[in-house]
Amino acid sequence: MTAAIIETNGLTAFYGDAQALFGMDFRLNQGELVAIIGANGAGKSTFMKALTGLVSVERKQIFLNGEHIGGLKPGDIVRKGMALVPEGRRLFPSLSVEENLLMGAFAKRSGPWNLARLYKMFPILEEKKHIPATSLSGGQQQMVSIGRALMSNPTVLLCDEISLGLAPIVIKEIYESLPSIIEEGMSVVIVEQDVMLAKRVSQRIYCMQEGRVSLEGASAGLTREQISHAYFGI
Amino acid sequence: MIDTIIQGLLLGGLYCQFALGLSLMFGVMRLTNIGHGDLIIFGSFMAIAIAPLLGMNILMVALVLLPLAYVVGYLVQRTMLNQTLGKDPLPSLVVTFGFSIVIQNTLLQIFSADPLSLDAGGINVASIQLSQDVAVGVLPLIIFAVAAASTFGMQLLFNKTSLGRAFRAVSDDREVAELMGLNSSHIYAIATGIAFVLIALAGLFQGMRTTVSAADGPMLLLFAFESVIIGGMGSFWGTFVGAMVLGLSQQLGFKFDSSWGIWFGHIVFLAVLIVRPNGLFPKTKGC
Repeated sequence: MTAAIIETNGLTAFYGDAQALFGMDFRLNQGELVAIIGANGAGKSTFMKALTGLVSVERKQIFLNGEHIGGLKPGDIVRKGMALVPEGRRLFPSLSVEENLLMGAFAKRSGPWNLARLYKMFPILEEKKHIPATSLSGGQQQMVSIGRALMSNPTVLLCDEISLGLAPIVIKEIYESLPSIIEEGMSVVIVEQDVMLAKRVSQRIYCMQEGRVSLEGASAGLTREQISHAYFGI
Repeated sequence: MIDTIIQGLLLGGLYCQFALGLSLMFGVMRLTNIGHGDLIIFGSFMAIAIAPLLGMNILMVALVLLPLAYVVGYLVQRTMLNQTLGKDPLPSLVVTFGFSIVIQNTLLQIFSADPLSLDAGGINVASIQLSQDVAVGVLPLIIFAVAAASTFGMQLLFNKTSLGRAFRAVSDDREVAELMGLNSSHIYAIATGIAFVLIALAGLFQGMRTTVSAADGPMLLLFAFESVIIGGMGSFWGTFVGAMVLGLSQQLGFKFDSSWGIWFGHIVFLAVLIVRPNGLFPKTKGC
């Protein structure tokens, strides 16, 4: 078995008194693209927030490269090599495109990703680098959000619903950028509502239901019936 | 009339210096500091207290007072105000209102209710005669120049430096800024440290310009608040323009009737609130 980049063992998470994750076991291997699917409220985004320190968890429940990272602050986690493309893009409205990208470099990790490399991957961003990021189209904003995460030169990239609200042609363009990211030695986790898209682009799939993993397996081997049962619980 | 306009603009310079710290704290943290005016007065009294120890050298007073203000501001934010920040503005309003009460009573205990002033070595009465009817005070001119330079400096800091980017990022979305590796508590504390330097500078000028007493703070807060609101909260050049509008309004009111100056400023403030509730230049933008 290849080395696990991320491993969670019985991960639990709470919002106040309300429990959102119930003992979640998860594994991401080196160079892998894993998709997490599930209905609204299944706990997908909470899981992403737990991985990045935005939701507090116990220290020994999450490993990144074999190191306990549960309970660390988001800034410490990004410095250890995990970056999140948040749901809804969440660009900084008072910053330009380039300033948004430069925010990703605050973690000061060395690696192949810099402004020149990003502009090569998304040339439209260089043309619009001086305008406020939130004045771009939805797809271009998503490129900035992905670029901002890459600027921290992570070893793991987490993408939370990056296709949400975008036109199919834009989604295609954005997903076509993922292989070149993985070629740089990165491992990727995507949260995706579009099950067929998730199945097509990923090597393995985790399906979540009510804060638990209801199905896990190689994407190519999972049948529509298995996924429907795990997704809807019927 | 020219004299009225010049005096109005110079008064605006003082109000700008009063308001910049308030504008900075609101712009970065969405924190309205009710104790702002009392902190200015506290700065005046500190300057008055340490001046004799430094041979009444105003430059030396500034060199001691301003770094001290930065450290105090940083620590106040880090140890107290950071705990009050969130979606609900009430905790920060209550805590800074508490600062106001504590500062006023501390000053009363130590310095009594008697007005005091800082001996500025004659600079406060020196003037330049521009024409037969128009003279400009040297100290108001210095205050105006420092206020304009402070405004320019703050806008430059916000728009052209990585610290300014960090200020704007934590102001826009604290959670995502932390995902980028920023320590928002540290960034907020730096912002408050800088705000306290601007406040101490305002206090130094106020102590040189006129007498100060422990109960003066709320009036200064009002002038600072009106300048910020007229200009638009979180915009430094907006604050500068807002202060000029307030200074000019008051000076025009004084010319009409000596008891109408302050009221005229309040009326213009209310008129701006009605016509442009977000002020003339709302929120500092990058680029």
